[in-house]
Amino acid sequence: MSNKPSDKNSAKNSADKDIDEPTGVETTGHEWDGIKELNNPTPRWWLIVWMITIVWAIGYWVVYPAWPTINGHTKGIAGWTQYGKLEAEKAQIDARQGEWLTQFRQSDFATISANPEVYEFARAGGEVAFKENCAACHGAGGEGKVGYPNLNDDDWLYSGTVEGIHHTLKVGIRSGHPEAHITQMPAYGPMLKVEEIDDLATYVIDLAKGDKAVQTPAHIRGEALFAANCVTCHGEGGVGDRNLGAPRLNDAIWLYGGDREAVVQTITHSRAGVMPTWENRLSEDTLRQLAIYVHGLGGGE
Amino acid sequence: MLEKHKKIERNSMLLLVLTVVAVSIGGLVEILPLFRMQMTIEKVEGVRPYTPLELAGMEIYKREGCTTCHSQQIRPLRDELQRYGHYSLAAESMYDRPFVWGSKRTGPDLARVGGKYSDEWHVAHLKDPRAVVPESIMPSYAFLANTLVRDSKITQKVKALQALGVPYTDEMVSEAKRDLQLQTLPNEDIAGFQARYGDKVAIRDFDGNPNRLTEMDALVAYLQKLGTDVDFTTYNPDYRIQKAGAK
Repeated sequence: MSNKPSDKNSAKNSADKDIDEPTGVETTGHEWDGIKELNNPTPRWWLIVWMITIVWAIGYWVVYPAWPTINGHTKGIAGWTQYGKLEAEKAQIDARQGEWLTQFRQSDFATISANPEVYEFARAGGEVAFKENCAACHGAGGEGKVGYPNLNDDDWLYSGTVEGIHHTLKVGIRSGHPEAHITQMPAYGPMLKVEEIDDLATYVIDLAKGDKAVQTPAHIRGEALFAANCVTCHGEGGVGDRNLGAPRLNDAIWLYGGDREAVVQTITHSRAGVMPTWENRLSEDTLRQLAIYVHGLGGGE
Repeated sequence: MLEKHKKIERNSMLLLVLTVVAVSIGGLVEILPLFRMQMTIEKVEGVRPYTPLELAGMEIYKREGCTTCHSQQIRPLRDELQRYGHYSLAAESMYDRPFVWGSKRTGPDLARVGGKYSDEWHVAHLKDPRAVVPESIMPSYAFLANTLVRDSKITQKVKALQALGVPYTDEMVSEAKRDLQLQTLPNEDIAGFQARYGDKVAIRDFDGNPNRLTEMDALVAYLQKLGTDVDFTTYNPDYRIQKAGAK
């Protein structure tokens, strides 16, 4: 090895070696306008680390999957796969949820709501899933937006029981799921005259006012039109029908806005909001937790 | 040893030959596995080539640089599964030319965004992201709703992909221009289109404006397709089959 310190000062200062006077280090023999290049050896610590990495790499090839072969790849003696790691991680979380998860899976909704610990476990799980999956439309607190129902109130389009919410989550609304809620209001634009739609809008807006509504001529004409066209689904006095997803109209809660423009728009063109089916996207556990969370937001029945 | 090194350095032919040898080893280690890449793609049922409208949507996705902020690869990590769903399979992006996996998540991963939101939501979100997600920093893409899809090259595009090995039939190539329109026209005769691409394909007006085929239609159609091909209720991964076989 020529990089031993002893080499520098030994008797090898022969004629073919060019030693730099001030440092006593051998030069490479290259010279540019009197400037010479020192030929310092690589530091010993660096060399050792480099060799350790080589040994480490060989060890890694033996233990972990590494090289491609004709029919696959070397598997490594540890039998490690990222899928194995994933399953171990999942099992670890299941074990941590252990007792509650088992109880949650074995109980129906009524039993869960009677057991505060399991209920809180389910509600907390539902809250996390809600933030990721539902908040984009229904808002982070379930407050809703125009076109996306508020989930904090007791005005349900479909069932407001925890089983009913679970079903809606599973099948969705106009989602393409075979059991989805698919009832659909017709567009009255082609069926009624513009003035008739205007009268109908007056009556529908008045419905929300209850007893305070003034019986104007437009209101009375609208009432007749409502009886002829709308009661089948929205019911006498606009009480709504949850079996059909027909909204209750005699309250001040509006999904698409309660001003005249929005109501005329709804009657003329109808509305058909879509909620996706979550059946195969989320696990059955998550769906049940979500149902419990949404049910507990305030309006659950 | 250093003295021998000097010999190589001072003999240019020897230096050249040994350089070629060293570079070749590096090259072979990097390149050879690519020839065996098919072997690493696990075969799964249900993955189909993109429809012409989805292809147009993917072009917009690439053109607008969506990959800068959105990835399309769910890694097999527990917390990613919790948030995004089943981890991505190689087969799910085997017809992407080039792939749009991305590597940075300023926004969420989109590998399984298909079916997660309604079309109306996507349109509202692309027009004004903060209207539906208050904390979003995504720019507005409202102009997509007013830009018609440029379809002049769609036939050549499908043909080019066919030449690259994507299993488009000759019929899919010849009908590409018509199929591009058909996917937003559920009231037309769509039997042929469904026969070509399967009846799982979403056929509807995506942007809420049935009269025009806009880039919004194309992009939403593409997004609604992402990650929906494989039925994970019946999917059994190879590693589990191998493990069961080994026992």
